[in-house]
Amino acid sequence: MNENENTAYQGFKGRLWKEEINVRQFIQDNYTPYDGDESFLEGPTKATDLLWNKVAFLQKEERRKGGVLDMETHIVSSLTSYGPGYIDEKLKDYEKIVGLQTDKPLKRAFMPYGGIKMAEEALTTYGYTPDPELHKIFTEYHKTHNDGVFDVYTPEMMKCRHNKIITGLPDTYGRGRIVGDYRRIALYGIDCLIADKKNDYAESTDGTMTDEVIRLREEISMQVRALEDMKKMAKAYGYDISKPARDSQEAVQWLYFGYLAAIKTQNGAAMSVGRISTFLDIYIQRDLKENKITEKDAQELIDHLVMKFRMVKFARIPSYNQLFSGDPVWATLEVAGMGDDGRSMVTKNDFRFLHTLENMGPAPEPNLTVLWSSRLPDGFKKYASLISVKTSSIQYENDDIMRPVWTDDYSICCCVSATQTGKEMQFFGARANLAKCLLYAINGGVDEMTHQQVGPSYQPISSKYLNYVEVLSKYDMMMDWLAGIYVNTLDAIQYMHDKYYYEAAEMSLIDTDVRRTFATGIAGFSHVVDSLCAIKYAKVEAIRDEKGITEDFKIEGDFPRYGNDDDRADDIAIKLLHTFITKVKKHHTYRNSEPTTSILTITSNVVYGKATGTLPDGREAGKPLSPGANPSYGAEQNGLLASLNSVAKLPYEYALDGISNTQTINTGALGHDDNERKANLSQVLDGYFNQGAHHLNVNVFGKEKLIDCMNHPDKEEYSNFTIRVSGYAVKFIDLTKEQQLDVISRTCHERM
Amino acid sequence: MKEAIGYYQSIESFALVDGPGVRSILFLQGCNMRCLFCHNPDTWNLKNGKPITAREALDLLIRYKPYWADHGGITISGGEPLLQMDFLIEFCRLAKENNITTVIDTAGEPFCLDEPFFGKFKELLKYTNLIMLDIKCFDNDRHIQLTGKTNENIIDMFCYLSSVSFPIWIRQVLLPSYTDDEEILKQTGQFIESLSNVRRVEVLPYHTLGIPKYDRLGIPYRLKGIEPPSKESIEKAETLLKTKNYQDYLSD
Repeated sequence: MNENENTAYQGFKGRLWKEEINVRQFIQDNYTPYDGDESFLEGPTKATDLLWNKVAFLQKEERRKGGVLDMETHIVSSLTSYGPGYIDEKLKDYEKIVGLQTDKPLKRAFMPYGGIKMAEEALTTYGYTPDPELHKIFTEYHKTHNDGVFDVYTPEMMKCRHNKIITGLPDTYGRGRIVGDYRRIALYGIDCLIADKKNDYAESTDGTMTDEVIRLREEISMQVRALEDMKKMAKAYGYDISKPARDSQEAVQWLYFGYLAAIKTQNGAAMSVGRISTFLDIYIQRDLKENKITEKDAQELIDHLVMKFRMVKFARIPSYNQLFSGDPVWATLEVAGMGDDGRSMVTKNDFRFLHTLENMGPAPEPNLTVLWSSRLPDGFKKYASLISVKTSSIQYENDDIMRPVWTDDYSICCCVSATQTGKEMQFFGARANLAKCLLYAINGGVDEMTHQQVGPSYQPISSKYLNYVEVLSKYDMMMDWLAGIYVNTLDAIQYMHDKYYYEAAEMSLIDTDVRRTFATGIAGFSHVVDSLCAIKYAKVEAIRDEKGITEDFKIEGDFPRYGNDDDRADDIAIKLLHTFITKVKKHHTYRNSEPTTSILTITSNVVYGKATGTLPDGREAGKPLSPGANPSYGAEQNGLLASLNSVAKLPYEYALDGISNTQTINTGALGHDDNERKANLSQVLDGYFNQGAHHLNVNVFGKEKLIDCMNHPDKEEYSNFTIRVSGYAVKFIDLTKEQQLDVISRTCHERM
Repeated sequence: MKEAIGYYQSIESFALVDGPGVRSILFLQGCNMRCLFCHNPDTWNLKNGKPITAREALDLLIRYKPYWADHGGITISGGEPLLQMDFLIEFCRLAKENNITTVIDTAGEPFCLDEPFFGKFKELLKYTNLIMLDIKCFDNDRHIQLTGKTNENIIDMFCYLSSVSFPIWIRQVLLPSYTDDEEILKQTGQFIESLSNVRRVEVLPYHTLGIPKYDRLGIPYRLKGIEPPSKESIEKAETLLKTKNYQDYLSD
């Protein structure tokens, strides 16, 4: 061990993590569980206030200018393309944690590798002129991911995409969802990581150059180059990150440089931070013990780090913004969870991260996620619930069902999807619209909106009343087809993304021998369930146009609906999910990745709904689909817990990529005062997750507030008013009017 | 013995201000009062209820047990639950057997000290944990004007529950120009002070959210033009009723 490591590791216990790259072991050997309450927390420092006021001012400017403050037109973003950048040149000595994506705060980088057309469209949308030189380079000399995909798409894939039966595909934007283990830089320093990768490179072949070996060696070489460039990037800010961090400030800074490397090189849909809280607490705890810092300093470090996560920006195009509204980046960051050994992983730092929402006010990013277990310390459960009541800015996921699948060191790599930190990566694959697929089954593969023959021309249903058995058997065949074309389309996308837009920086912080998951997804879930229920339990008449295409339905009689804890409907829901994932698994997946699926739609439920015709459950053509695994609008008749119970029945093992659920509870209905509210919410979360549910977004406010905010967006109190939507948080004023109305129309649980 | 049949209106799985902790509510059908401010006129007529046995009702509600924890449970509301005593007794007994606490949310209108009601009521107290009892108005003339019924038997019910020290939460409805009279509220406060069993006193401000139901049911709404009470008026009522003096509910 050299001298630097002696200082860096002084006081740290354990051996294994020193002999191999093993951050999890380091955490387990060294963290200090905390089971107290929030009384130790400190408010913002003067530096935090000054800096945050500046950022808040810039955010206001950004909104005033139509959503974008500044954009790069001449420089292609890379790790070393900019010198240092600060929130404010005059305030830079106050910045405990430094590093911006470009040279200026909130300025959006130019990232053409996903697709030059999109990068340029993003510029022109906001009134900037693309650089003709760069245009020439990326059209004539250098191919992009987007070009690659469209070189290989089959006509059938194009048709499916055009008709939006598969939708939101990452073929015009970065796939994201890869979480580098940014902690590695702090614990080991870059040099050690390079040595490790070089070792992997040397061991990668016996000399036989197969396709796989060639690709792997090229990728490792790119990773090593990225690590070298990270050192240069840090150097520009005056830091040498080649060696391990020696104190808490360095640990936070080193780690942030790793994340900064990711967001300088990739503009993926989700650019998550991962599970860093317990890890960083170890450094803070050591410094506190040695009286090197105070609690005030510790909170300041976390506040400043979080401030940086709040400033992450990408240049997006309007169609992207419709899918993912409110400019999200999913800088998802986890707190809490349990360890395999039964100890809670809650440290004081988990409180500090939640406390940033008090010190700097509510904010949609980072996407703060509490890994919940009913065994978490009561003090933490109550505090998290209180923060939900006060800010509606955090989400909850069930640690007890994720830990057995992903170990006790997983990160959330998007809105709700888990991935083992530093050991896995995910191929993000958007969604298949199963509601539309049901209409294809009824109409023999003809799209109900465009009237094109998209699916196979199976015999359409011709009877006046829909017969459950007939519909189910035709739906099964159509879903077979859909799963096939969907998986194959994704295979093409992932291949080209690896080839033209490889995530070298993130992958350099993940084991070379990486496990890959292949994430598919479902849109329109609740509507399919309710439609099948209507056909089974009520009488559904098909109304056809002159060409025989079913365009409307007449429903006679009552039928059970998903969201009421009624097994008749919920059993159909479980079966639907199981059927779909089983069909997905039949197909070849790129790089032997493991197929998973999800029921989460983000805000894209509005766009998907626009392209979907009238459904047999009574949902009208063009109306938004219900988001994620949420029951349909108006279906819930027995209140929140009945709705939660229905969602909780969906087995997580069928949808390992996540089952997202968003619920809004009226403040007054949650209890008389904040003390009651935090206890009640904490209890609801216990009840929900103890039944095996996966995820819950919790909003606590009344409908009146949303309506007032929509009508008076300029009121000061609404400038940071944050709400949870499917899988992330947004500022309500950043949603389109259409999406605002959609959010308002959803059930708000309150009892008169 | 033949199983008692209850007539219910609906189930609300999630209620946090209707008794201690997280609770689920069974709304029974039928009420003899015709309170001007009633926000559930759809529960007035017993005949409109759906029949259910106590066992079936418990099966519907027990699904929410994971959320109740130690102090939550089931609240039986209405309508007026005391109109269906046989069902109510059976339901509460069954719940108790299953270690589930029950709360009865009542206005006390059916209460009387005569048999057979009184015997049944005493039986019910063996199985239920808490009664939430409304005071619509302490002044009897106004009470009749407001609800169509006398409050004399309701006062009896308060006194009886106090004499056997059965725990109650009291809710005073605050309806501007009907129940916000300072003198009456003062008297109400004194009456509450004379009781031995009060664990909580709440003011329930009148709200207008029930009006659409009247329109749907084609029932004329008689309080048109009356606005919900102001914050000051609520606080004043709370002072007069000394709500802060009753803190025992915190340990319910």
